[in-house]
Amino acid sequence: MITININGQEIQAEEGQTVLEVARANGIEIPTLCYHPLLSPYGACRLCTVEIAQRGRSSLEASCTYPAADGLVVQTRSPAVLEARKLILGLLFSRCPSVPIVQDLAREHGITEPPFPTDTPDENCILCGKCVRTCHELVKACVLNFSERGIERRVGPPFLEKTRLCIGCGACTIMCPTAAVEIVLEKEAIYKEKPLGPTSAIWVPSLQAMPLVPVIDTDSCIRFRQNDRSEGEITDACEACQMVCEANAINFDQQDEILELDVGTVIVATGFEMWDPAQLAQYSYGESPNIITGLEFERLSNSGGPTGGEILLADGRKPERVAIIHCVGSRDHSAHEYCSRFCCMYSLKQAHLVRDKTGAEVYEFYMDMRTFGKGYEEFYERVQEEGVTFVRGRGAEVEVLNDGKLRVKGEDADLGKLVQADVDMVVLSTAIEAPHDADRIASLFGLSRTADGFFAEAHPKLRPVETNTDGVFLAGNAQGPKDVPDTVGHAGAAASMALALLDKGEVTISPQVAVVDEKLCSACKTCIPLCPYTAISFIEEDNVARVNEALCKGCGTCVAACPAGAIAGRHFTTEQIMAQIEGLLRMPVEQLVEVEGVRS
Amino acid sequence: MNGTNFEPRIVGFLCNWCTYAAADTAGISRMEQPPNVDVIRVMCTGRVDPLFILKAFAEGADGVIVSGCHPPGDCHYNNGNYKTFRRMPLVEALLAQYGIEKGRFHWGWISGAEALKWARLVRDFTEQVRGLGPLDWKRELESKED
Repeated sequence: MITININGQEIQAEEGQTVLEVARANGIEIPTLCYHPLLSPYGACRLCTVEIAQRGRSSLEASCTYPAADGLVVQTRSPAVLEARKLILGLLFSRCPSVPIVQDLAREHGITEPPFPTDTPDENCILCGKCVRTCHELVKACVLNFSERGIERRVGPPFLEKTRLCIGCGACTIMCPTAAVEIVLEKEAIYKEKPLGPTSAIWVPSLQAMPLVPVIDTDSCIRFRQNDRSEGEITDACEACQMVCEANAINFDQQDEILELDVGTVIVATGFEMWDPAQLAQYSYGESPNIITGLEFERLSNSGGPTGGEILLADGRKPERVAIIHCVGSRDHSAHEYCSRFCCMYSLKQAHLVRDKTGAEVYEFYMDMRTFGKGYEEFYERVQEEGVTFVRGRGAEVEVLNDGKLRVKGEDADLGKLVQADVDMVVLSTAIEAPHDADRIASLFGLSRTADGFFAEAHPKLRPVETNTDGVFLAGNAQGPKDVPDTVGHAGAAASMALALLDKGEVTISPQVAVVDEKLCSACKTCIPLCPYTAISFIEEDNVARVNEALCKGCGTCVAACPAGAIAGRHFTTEQIMAQIEGLLRMPVEQLVEVEGVRS
Repeated sequence: MNGTNFEPRIVGFLCNWCTYAAADTAGISRMEQPPNVDVIRVMCTGRVDPLFILKAFAEGADGVIVSGCHPPGDCHYNNGNYKTFRRMPLVEALLAQYGIEKGRFHWGWISGAEALKWARLVRDFTEQVRGLGPLDWKRELESKED
């Protein structure tokens, strides 16, 4: 610990801090343009000049580079400092007369006009090198650098030409104090343009995320991009987040892990995906930023969202009229035949939110209002009383008008007329669908899927969480569209079914297994590679094949293949099936007609 | 038996998990289908021994259907349907050698969700076999034994 005196105040500081850092840590303002806590200090703009007295001598120094030492006496606003700073600002102002931040600082120091002649009225670079240091120290792309000397000095990529070394991360533009760096994008930007605006590469998935921790999008993060681009050569690019994280929680070495667990039961709860409404062109999704899906509306009205929970149009205005279109992609033979089940209720809720937050007129285009749950019909009535206009009939088309307004066309089936409404915002209650890779989950667990693509339960009424594979259960929307209470109930049922099975400790297996008649087995080993469960092994000492009954699932493939007829599939023996064939065909058709009375 | 009121006898070997479920659903859903197909349930079409098919024809069947789960991946037993896929072309060749018309034997895939497809197959296949007329293998075999 060392003690320095700033403006007459005794301040404790750490060894190795600069005077500027000590001052800032103690709330003492020193103006600067070229300093950034994540970059090495450079002393380029000289605005942070202070008067430092040590051992009886005083001098003007740039505080961002001056190391704090015991017994320093620092003045940040002494007459000498202010005079020096005014001169420095005068020089900067004369170089960059049109840069707002320089103008503001100059005005604060009593300069209204550039004090020196300027022949570069459009110059906006103050040559502070912040972009250069960012590119070298953080991004490690080393694209930007100074070139030339004296009055020719300037910043740019090598030979001021476009370079493939630039990864287009934009860090230099964010760092530049005077907005002098411009990136010309030839390809896609490094950040992904989310529907509701760009986001940084590190974010919390949602305010309700469990666990509530941020994640790094390694496709966008500068560090990971540089690592990929350099094929592992540049592994230590940007550490900005690690440098500012006081909890030391950021670990770039974390890898995705594959855990192998031995389990007794599996609950498949792989959920659903939102269907992309751009597939039906009549809804014009993507043609106007004010045509959004229900999920995007949720983000918009979320207090942690981009507008802080205000329902606003893309240009920041409040909407005056909003249309909500039900069944977009659901109950539609050109998309999904089924009802997505929970959209009616969230559409009603969203209508309520729009009325509540903005007072806008709301039009709901619906075919049938499916308020199936407890308290749902009451909520529907409440929303009706709140003044929402309900139009019975599918919203057929959304047209983007020249002035940016949206025209929703549809049919009012109650009036028997075509109707249209010009609105500011359209919310599409889009269908949900089975995840695109559900087929892989299905083959992994031996599940079948119903025609809608969701996993099939063992029985539609009596066994809603079980599957045809023992020990594998379904929970939630993996089995079909469900709202929250239904999902919670379904998942609870799946969990208790799984626990009940585990609790047994011992399970009875089906007696439908294959058995080898060892006297008949000719040791040809045909059956061994056929078994999908490797339940058949060849016993060398006895020179026979033997079936492990705990592994055998009774498919009978080996039974059909055994050339010696030595394997019998219990309950489906060859004799039994042959007898069934004989029995079926023994009765002449004429007699069958009499028995069943339907054959004619 | 003349062509107009000939009722073909068809035996279907259906796998428990896919086509049998489809046939079950087709019945529960009251889908219209002729009653000519009699179903024998097997756990997997991989269990269908070519002998079963010959036996059915020998016992008097006019047509045979073998139907299971769609490859790839639909099979409850991972790959039983692949074994069917390999065996059935051989059965087809064998039947041709016995002089049984191609149209009397159908093998394919119908998943548990495709009840409509099952009902359509039953309708179409019954009509197809009806068009081919009775096979009468049984009577021929018996007359030869005499």
